[in-house]
Amino acid sequence: MHGGVLAISDVASTTQQITFWLLAVVSVTSALGMILVRKAVYCAVLLAVVMLSLAVLYALQNAPFLAFVQVIVYTGAVLMLFLFVLMIVGIRAKDSIVETIRGQRVAAGLAGIGLLVLLSLTVGHAVLGTAAQAGPSFGANNVYAIAKLIFTTYVFPFEVTSALLITAALGAMVLAHRERLTPKLTQRDRSRLRVASGHPAPLAGPGTYARHNAVDMPALLPDGTPAEASVPLAIRGVPETPDQQRTLLGSSAAVRGETGAESGQEGDA
Amino acid sequence: MSPGNFVALAVILFVIGAVGVLVRRNAMVIFMCVELMLNAVNLAFVAFARMHGNLSGQVIAFFVMVVAAAEVVVGLAILMAIFRTRRSASVDDASLLKY
Repeated sequence: MHGGVLAISDVASTTQQITFWLLAVVSVTSALGMILVRKAVYCAVLLAVVMLSLAVLYALQNAPFLAFVQVIVYTGAVLMLFLFVLMIVGIRAKDSIVETIRGQRVAAGLAGIGLLVLLSLTVGHAVLGTAAQAGPSFGANNVYAIAKLIFTTYVFPFEVTSALLITAALGAMVLAHRERLTPKLTQRDRSRLRVASGHPAPLAGPGTYARHNAVDMPALLPDGTPAEASVPLAIRGVPETPDQQRTLLGSSAAVRGETGAESGQEGDA
Repeated sequence: MSPGNFVALAVILFVIGAVGVLVRRNAMVIFMCVELMLNAVNLAFVAFARMHGNLSGQVIAFFVMVVAAAEVVVGLAILMAIFRTRRSASVDDASLLKY
């Protein structure tokens, strides 16, 4: 009976060891990838891998509350915020590999090795005992125990945190707010512009008279030429630079110009 | 598992994050590396909490997460404001104070 209990705890510790080493390798590899990969999106995904493995490591150390908070707050909220901003800033943006300061990478690598040595020495000199006997506050009662601590010992920092969060939200709103420089177009302005443009009818839908009616298939004009402007802008590709925008708008304007006289399908949106 | 292993992993992740902050030029990636460093410190906090059998370390790690969330919100808003005026997220381009 006693031997059976020992065997079970043995198996549990082996499982813990396997999990730890697996996740350690995964998280260090992904963290290294974060430095080496050039695209910011890949970086974000690798960071998600690191954060999820850290969540499992928290669970391994009898901290279920932190494990869940890590998944919900970090991986769920913070990383999604990163991805949102990445989508706005430009998903195709790549880091340049040109060094602005010569020898910066070598110096950074040396500084990193120095920091690693320093931290390892400090940690090595510290007395790292074995884990204390897991009390009742670790494990199943973890959430209750943490709540008790937060609302008794740490109640003042907790309240200050709320002020911090409100300040951060206000700051983000102020920083992201943009004053409108031109007045908003009313429906009346739009209709006037549409009539003044000379093509009051709406644009042809994609695929009209073409061989397929897929959205990426331009409509055919009466003389058989494709009308580029009938394909939605999102599929034609949103221009990234003003130059591309000019070429794109210029080409569709040319299509409109050469066929506009004979067709009523083409219009100005 | 002894807490020493977890602390060693935290040290390695922290150093990787620090090198990333020094090496990368994209402000978004620098932010992510800062997050990596904060996560590494959290791991060390949790390991020490278990070592001492004291929950305070876990509570501190929780506070670190809250502050990190606030930091990311403000930082990304600043990044958006910079990107709006300069169309670039590279830290090399924001050098107007130099001249």
